Amino acid sequence: MKVLVPVKRVLDPYVKVRVKQDKSGVDLSNAKMAMNPFCEIAVEQAVRLKEQGVASEVVVVSAGPQQSQETLRTGLAMGADRGVLIPTDVALEPLAIAKLLKAVVDKEDPGLVLMGKQAVDGDNNQTGQMLAALLGWAQGTFISKVELQDGAAQVTREIDGGLETLQVKLPAVLTVDLRLCEPRYASLPNIMKAKKKPIDTHSPEDLGVDVTPRLQVSRVEEPPARQAGIKVESVQELVKKLHEEAKVI
Amino acid sequence: MDFAPTTEQELVVDSVRKFVEQECYPHEQEVERTETVPAEVGEAIRRKAIENGFYAANMPAELGGGGLDTLTMTMMERELGRTSFALQAFVHRPSNILRACNDEQAERYLHPTIRGERMDCLAMTEPGAGSDLRGMKTTAVRDGGDWVINGTKHFISHADLADYTVLFAATGEEETPRGKRKKITTFLVDHDTPGLEVREGYRSVSHRGYHNCILNFDDCRVPARQVLGEEGAGFDLANTWLSASRLTVGTMCVGRARRAHEMSVEWSASRKQFGQPIGRFQGTGFKLADMATEIEAAEMLCLRAAWLHDQGRMSDQDAAMAKLFASEMLARVTDNAVQIYGGMGLMDELPIERFWRDARLERIWDGTSEIQRHIIARSLLRPHGA
Repeated sequence: MKVLVPVKRVLDPYVKVRVKQDKSGVDLSNAKMAMNPFCEIAVEQAVRLKEQGVASEVVVVSAGPQQSQETLRTGLAMGADRGVLIPTDVALEPLAIAKLLKAVVDKEDPGLVLMGKQAVDGDNNQTGQMLAALLGWAQGTFISKVELQDGAAQVTREIDGGLETLQVKLPAVLTVDLRLCEPRYASLPNIMKAKKKPIDTHSPEDLGVDVTPRLQVSRVEEPPARQAGIKVESVQELVKKLHEEAKVI
Repeated sequence: MDFAPTTEQELVVDSVRKFVEQECYPHEQEVERTETVPAEVGEAIRRKAIENGFYAANMPAELGGGGLDTLTMTMMERELGRTSFALQAFVHRPSNILRACNDEQAERYLHPTIRGERMDCLAMTEPGAGSDLRGMKTTAVRDGGDWVINGTKHFISHADLADYTVLFAATGEEETPRGKRKKITTFLVDHDTPGLEVREGYRSVSHRGYHNCILNFDDCRVPARQVLGEEGAGFDLANTWLSASRLTVGTMCVGRARRAHEMSVEWSASRKQFGQPIGRFQGTGFKLADMATEIEAAEMLCLRAAWLHDQGRMSDQDAAMAKLFASEMLARVTDNAVQIYGGMGLMDELPIERFWRDARLERIWDGTSEIQRHIIARSLLRPHGA
């Protein structure tokens, strides 16, 4: 079974985020970029499935600026077999990415799409669900455990109330949560091999997808600075404040 | 000129950085306080380094090493330099001088060392022979088919972890146009050879947890097949294979300086005095600026020398300049880091005081700053006949 893993190039999560002076977006000039951590987890899981003999091929795909190729190479260095690059300078929205991914799924015919539950830049948490809907496939989101058997995936989902176990028919789109697995280091031999692994390039036009943004960003602002907390004298005062000021009880 | 690292180089740097942060950083404080690396911690780092191919990354791929060129190796060692010297040592890079092994020696030493089954150390320095290496008093004398070694080596790094030593010993004298000169020969000496005692060395203010050792040779007898390279060619071997080791010191200084600087920037942006972050005070801001500038300069010197080494064009002067500037830069940067942190900079709650202590050694080993300046001056004056 072929596994397709979409990966996104994002601002390194350990870098401080700065909003551009004109408030048109986040300042990415000279910023260190990295693979979205949830995508890394998805790649790790896909490579493990291959090592277990469950997956036959792992294909990483990335849509975005030309440098997304570096993100694909990171995936290849972790053990993926080949890459698909969809270069575009358009700021892609989740629906556009989902449509691009659907076009790649149509070409590649994978048995499973494993992807991050969300990217740490926009935190949209939409692409996986939209892709499943466009494909008419089953979906399992926020998974922290997965087992594949007999044309189905047994997945554990992290939900508000705890954990939920579902049986998902394959082919399916699974979006991974933080606790699924720990991504490996790209090993030196795999880094060297990654250089020779193929990356195919398809433009959005080749794939017949219109990626024109449908949303207009009017302003991006930093979240307000956190205020210092206060000390209360008694439990009664605490309850009163929670009830009357914070309005949470 | 292209200053951009290749994708592979970036991947190596990223992966090694993650490795160091996840496998080494958490143990730093314990190593510092106990002055030792717990055996299981060292073993875990070694095993993971082997699994990920970081172990012996400097050795040729066809021998089972990582096959990195000097430039990429210099970038990798910069990342290793960020953490405790004692911990990073378990991501071992066998001495390049082992490449001089003949086929039979390679089977016994080079190959198992690359696989992580054996470990080498290098013994040159003696109590009476530091910068003046040719002044060494350790001798090896032929006796039938054997060599008999006598003398003492000290400051021998990692001899407590190693199971054999690449030893430099005097094997007679030769006439040269500039008078008599000691002939130096290199030997491979197993640590279980009778007559060799490996003793604990001195406690150092720098690099706690890393141990230097004293090696006593008392009628230590080794067969002729233990000679590495040609008899009397010890210094030629060292020049051929050890010239890049100064870059290792230089680039590790750059890594440590970067970490000290990153912490200093964060501190200067968050620590408030007189109602504003201390970085806004020119006295602190200018320090940060000078530190950053010097780090960049040192890194460029190291990377350029490494690149020249890959082209087969690195001169002694290139390596000496990189080592000299990077190690002296680290001293200034870590001193400034302590100053920026104030009192907390000297407390062992934070790694700043350690960076500062560790920096002191870098100006001494692998050729003191004075020796590096001598090398540079000599190469400037020689063409003028002086």
